[in-house]
Amino acid sequence: MDTIIEIKGLTKDYEKGFWKKKKIRALDDLSLQVEGGQIFGFLGGNGAGKTTTLKLLMSLIFPTEGSAKILGAEIGDPAMHQKIGYCPESPYFYDYLKADELMVYFGRLFGMDKGSAEKRSAELLTRVGLEKKDWKRQLRKFSKGMLQRVGLAQSLINDPEIVFMDEPMSGLDPIGRRQVRELIAELREEGKTVFMSSHILTDIEALCDNVAILRKGRLVEEGNLAELLRSTAQDSGFEVSVGGIESSVFKEAIKGKIASEINVKPGGFSLNVANEQDVEAVLASLNKLGGRLIGVNPVRQSLEELFVREET
Amino acid sequence: MTALNHVRVIASNTFREAVRDRVLYNLVVFMLLITGCAIFLGELTAGQESRTIVNIGLSAMLLFGVFIAIFVGVGLVSKEIEKKTLYTVFSKPVRRGEFIVGKYLGLCLTLLVNVAVMGLGVSIALLFVGGGSLSISIWGAIVLIFFELALITAVAVLFSSFSSPALSALLTFLIFVIGHFSSSLRDLAQNLGSNAAQWLFGAIYYLLPNFSHFEFVSHAAHGRVPSGSYLALALLYALAYIAVVIAVTALIFRRRNLK
Ligand SMILES: Nc1ncnc2c1ncn2[C@@H]1O[C@H](COP(=O)(O)OP(=O)(O)OP(=O)(O)O)[C@@H](O)[C@H]1O
Ligand SMILES: [Mg+2]
Repeated sequence: MDTIIEIKGLTKDYEKGFWKKKKIRALDDLSLQVEGGQIFGFLGGNGAGKTTTLKLLMSLIFPTEGSAKILGAEIGDPAMHQKIGYCPESPYFYDYLKADELMVYFGRLFGMDKGSAEKRSAELLTRVGLEKKDWKRQLRKFSKGMLQRVGLAQSLINDPEIVFMDEPMSGLDPIGRRQVRELIAELREEGKTVFMSSHILTDIEALCDNVAILRKGRLVEEGNLAELLRSTAQDSGFEVSVGGIESSVFKEAIKGKIASEINVKPGGFSLNVANEQDVEAVLASLNKLGGRLIGVNPVRQSLEELFVREET
Repeated sequence: MTALNHVRVIASNTFREAVRDRVLYNLVVFMLLITGCAIFLGELTAGQESRTIVNIGLSAMLLFGVFIAIFVGVGLVSKEIEKKTLYTVFSKPVRRGEFIVGKYLGLCLTLLVNVAVMGLGVSIALLFVGGGSLSISIWGAIVLIFFELALITAVAVLFSSFSSPALSALLTFLIFVIGHFSSSLRDLAQNLGSNAAQWLFGAIYYLLPNFSHFEFVSHAAHGRVPSGSYLALALLYALAYIAVVIAVTALIFRRRNLK
C-alpha cells in the first residue's frame, strides 16, 4: 500500500496570555508516514498533542513549522477534502438542526443532491446505531453519546478514503462501543484507512494495525502494534481459570509440580503458568479432583505496560 | 461552480438558523406598532396620518433591521468558532471565504424577508388610512433601507472576525451612528480650521461608510420617489463597500487558528 498520510516536522506552538505572549509547544517536530488500508492508532495520554495534530491535518489551525500531505495533496487543499472524513473530539453541531438535516446539509457541501444525501444519511445513522425516532429530533436535545454517533455518521457521508477520528469511542455506552468497533473494522474491510486517536487501550488493541505514541508533543514510539508488544513482552504465559473446587485443595494437589500463585476470584480462582506443559498439568490435576475449567487465556504484555513505560 | 454551490448551501442554512432562532419574531412587534399607529393616529388629518405612518414605520424598519444586523451579525462567525461547529464544516471541501460569503448572504436574505414583510405591513396600513399612492411610492425608500442594512451587516461580520462579540456590536453601532453624521462632521471640521481636525474628520468621512446615501425616509413621507440613477448609485456604493469589507473579512479569517 502507498503512503497516504505524510507528516513532515509538524510543530505547533500555542500562544498563552495577552500581554506577555508565552509560547506552549503542543506538538514538536512530528514526522510520520501512514500507509493506506489500515487502522492507524494515534496514541498518547491527556495533553499529548493528539487533537492538535488532527486539527492541523484538517487545517483548522496552522502549523508553526512543518508540513503534511494527505493523499498526495498539501493539507488545506479543499479538493483533497472531498475524499476524507473527520470526526472531532466531543463533536458539536448546529443545535437548531435535526440529525438527518445535518447529514443532508453536510452531504450537500460535498456536492450531493438532496435525494442521495438523504439516502446516505439514513444508511449511516442506522449504521452508527442512532434510533430512528431520534433522526427527527433537534441536536440540542441530544446526549453526548448520541452526538458522538452523529459525529461518526457525518464523517462518512462522502464515503471517504481516509477517516480521521478523534477518540471515536468517547461518551459511548458498552453497546455503542461495540457497534463503533465493528464499524471501524468494517471500514478497513472496505479498504479504507482509519486514523484514530485514542487513549483507551482495549480499543486500540482490538483494532489497530500500526500505532504511533505521542508524549508531551513528541513522537516516542511508532510501528506495528503486535511487534511493539512483542518487543516489550517479558515473560508471557497463560492464565488458567478454574472453578468447582476449593483453592486450598487444589494448591495442595499441585504442590511441587507447578509453581504458581493462586488468585481467588468470584466463582473460583485462577493461576498463572509459564508454558503449555504446565497448562496440561493443571488440567490433569483438575480432572482428578473433579474441578471445572473456566478458561485458559494467553497472558500478553498489554499496551498499558507499553504506555506506562513511555510515561516513565 | 462548487464555490457557488457551497455559498448557496451555507446561505440557506444560515437563513434556516435565523428562522429557527426566532429572529423573524420581531415582525410581530413591528406589526403591533404599525397597527397601533394606524388606530391611534385617527385624530390627525388623513395626510398627516399617512406621513406619520411612513415616518414611524420606515424608521422602525431601519432600527429593527440594524438591531438584527448587529446582534446576529456579530455572532455569525464568532459563535461558530466558540461552539466549534466549524470543525466539521471545514473538514468538508469548503473554503473559509466561501463560508464567510455564505453566512453573510444568509443573514442578508433574512433581512430582506424581514424588510419585505415590514414594507407590506406599512403599505397595508397606508391603504387602511387612505394613503393609497404612498403605499406604492415608499418602496424606493425601503430598497434603500435594505442596502443600508446589508452594509451594516458586512461591517458587523468584519468586526466579529477579529474581536469579541460585545466589542464588535459596540463598534458596529458606533459606525452606524457616525455614518449618519459623517457629512456634518466634515462640515464641522472645515469650520474648525485646525489642520489635524480637518484631516481626521476628512479621513472618517472617506473611510467609514456614509449612510446619508440611503436616507430617504422623510422624502418618502412626502410622497417623493428616489430616481433610478439615485438608486443605482446607492446600490453601486453599497456593493463596492460590501465587497471590500467582506474581502477583508475573508482575508483575516483565512489564516485564523480556530480555537
Ligand atoms: N487552544 C489552545 N490554546 C492553548 N493551548 C492549547 C490549546 N489546545 C491545546 N492546547 C495545549 O496543547 C497541548 C496538547 O493538547 P491536545 O488537545 O492536542 O491533547 P490531546 O492529546 O488531544 O489530549 P486529550 O487526550 O486530553 O484529548 C496541551 O498541553 C494543551 O494544554
Ligand atoms: Mg484530544
